[in-house]
Amino acid sequence: MKSEVIKARDIVTSFGETVIHDKLNLTVNRGEIYGILGESGSGKTLLLKEMIMLHKPTSGHITILGNELSNIDYQNAQKLRREWGILFQFGALFTSLTVAENIELQLKEYTDIDKRMRDELVKTKISMVGLPIRAGGLYPSELSGGMIKRAALARALAMDPKLLFLDEPTSGLDPIGARNFDSLILELKELLGITVVMITHDLDTIYSIVDRFCVLADKHVVAEGTLESVIEADHPFVERFFKNDYAKRRLEYGGR
Amino acid sequence: MNPTCIKIEYYSNHTTIYASGDWTIHNVPKIDRVLKGFSCHRRLVWDFSAVSSFDSSGILLFMGYHDKFLSHCRVEVVGYTKAQERMFRLLLAHKVDDLIPKVERGLFYSIGKNTVSSYDVFVKFVNFTGYIMVAFLRYFTHPKNIRIKEIVYYMERSGVGALFIIALTSFLVGMVISYQSAVELAKFGADIFIVDLAGISITRELAPLITAIVVAGRSGSAYTAQIGAMKITEEISAMRTMGFDPYYFLILPRMIALMISLPLLIFFADMMGIAGSMLASYLELGISSHQFLNRMQEVLDIKHFWIGIVKGPFFAMLIVMIGCFRGLQVTDDTESIGYQTTASVVNSIFFVIACDALFSILLTKWGL
Repeated sequence: MKSEVIKARDIVTSFGETVIHDKLNLTVNRGEIYGILGESGSGKTLLLKEMIMLHKPTSGHITILGNELSNIDYQNAQKLRREWGILFQFGALFTSLTVAENIELQLKEYTDIDKRMRDELVKTKISMVGLPIRAGGLYPSELSGGMIKRAALARALAMDPKLLFLDEPTSGLDPIGARNFDSLILELKELLGITVVMITHDLDTIYSIVDRFCVLADKHVVAEGTLESVIEADHPFVERFFKNDYAKRRLEYGGR
Repeated sequence: MNPTCIKIEYYSNHTTIYASGDWTIHNVPKIDRVLKGFSCHRRLVWDFSAVSSFDSSGILLFMGYHDKFLSHCRVEVVGYTKAQERMFRLLLAHKVDDLIPKVERGLFYSIGKNTVSSYDVFVKFVNFTGYIMVAFLRYFTHPKNIRIKEIVYYMERSGVGALFIIALTSFLVGMVISYQSAVELAKFGADIFIVDLAGISITRELAPLITAIVVAGRSGSAYTAQIGAMKITEEISAMRTMGFDPYYFLILPRMIALMISLPLLIFFADMMGIAGSMLASYLELGISSHQFLNRMQEVLDIKHFWIGIVKGPFFAMLIVMIGCFRGLQVTDDTESIGYQTTASVVNSIFFVIACDALFSILLTKWGL
């Protein structure tokens, strides 16, 4: 089944004279892990913000789960917001709430399920992302960087989203933690059938779990597709990123 | 689609629960209500063939009841898909029976905690005051460390920037006290004494107090928020590790700037307050500005003016010390910045008034 979850067409973003995106296109299919790659300042995070309705593109159309974002009304926007989960780069947990309360928040506001069931769900999510249960009673300021990422992922998963946005999920984690995080995302994708869109610089992540990805450079998507097809692309950034010594060695040892 | 998502059929030798539709979070409470009243005997069959989608809450609900029924009858589950089974196994692997630890906070806990933390804040403040004093004294032996540029910048921000609001408030206060006392004085025919009254009260007490309170609300809170935000973003730690002592770089420039600009602001407030009083006297009692100023020259001892001005640097020191101290107390969460900013303004206004009272007592004792 190949259906489009996200379709971005002719996205233009500019701040005054500065043009960040110039007629950019990309497509994310259902059930895949889709990576967004690009240099610092190429507007990756901005693109993500446009997809999650935090920023309006100057022009162009983004369609997510059948909703056209440029003319979506408030009701549908609110409904759409419950269907996705977002992991911000630095977690963005609410500091005045414990981890468990952070995860519970949407369940409490948007559904009628009772406290017992909510607790059950919260505990499952905490355990699923690999945190110890006692972490549920802690405040974000008492957690380490890696734990914050996990807790934030648990919060993103609270409503069983169909679509998960991750902003640099493995940045700031140690290599082992990063690989564990990768396999966790892969497991979630396979078992829960979630579509994942992630911004990443991590070569290992791209080699091991990303199904398709796009490369942002020069205000455009310069390459989109599977690893094999992107590497073929003829662009200086792709060259620099994938044809350096480290990447070559990494590729020889194989992906999956 | 069956809106209830569940149907229970009784057969001669078994009972079947037909599940259908979406077993997702929005339907779970409804399904839960149906299952709550149901108890099985002998043989039970769960039939999931008509279920269109599951989410983790649906599966958890099923798991809960499955375990419950399993204890007193034979249970069979049919009609699930491979994907649903995988999801079930994932959730089963992560089912936890431990409770999330919760901190119980009783009355005695909070009394104890508040007592200890108040003491802690007090000790820290004493420590902070000591640091400031030492840093301040070191300025005299190392005048090169004085950061003129920052000082001028903060003088502009907290001094010049406050001119308008201070002009407005002191003008109004000058007017109000003159209006109020004019009625009483007129009864005794002592109209001209309005000048004595307004002159002394404005220059000696009101102008310094109003100025200090406005500055505490305007700049004290800003200092707390700025330094607090710098603490959260670890800018303060970065400065420390680079050898830039925050006391020299952040606190002393603000303190010196305010110690210079607050007396000047008080002088400005004196003028505006007297102008307000002059206007009110003219409107209410018909005292001309010429008469008013002449009388003021005669009766207003210069010492009242100086006492008002001298309070300035003391108030400034209190405001900056409390503002910066509160800023440094900000911890890693967003709530503490709000809490500390409030505390900063409340504390500095209180201490300014307390300091003013102390001045009154001492000066009366010394016969000034």
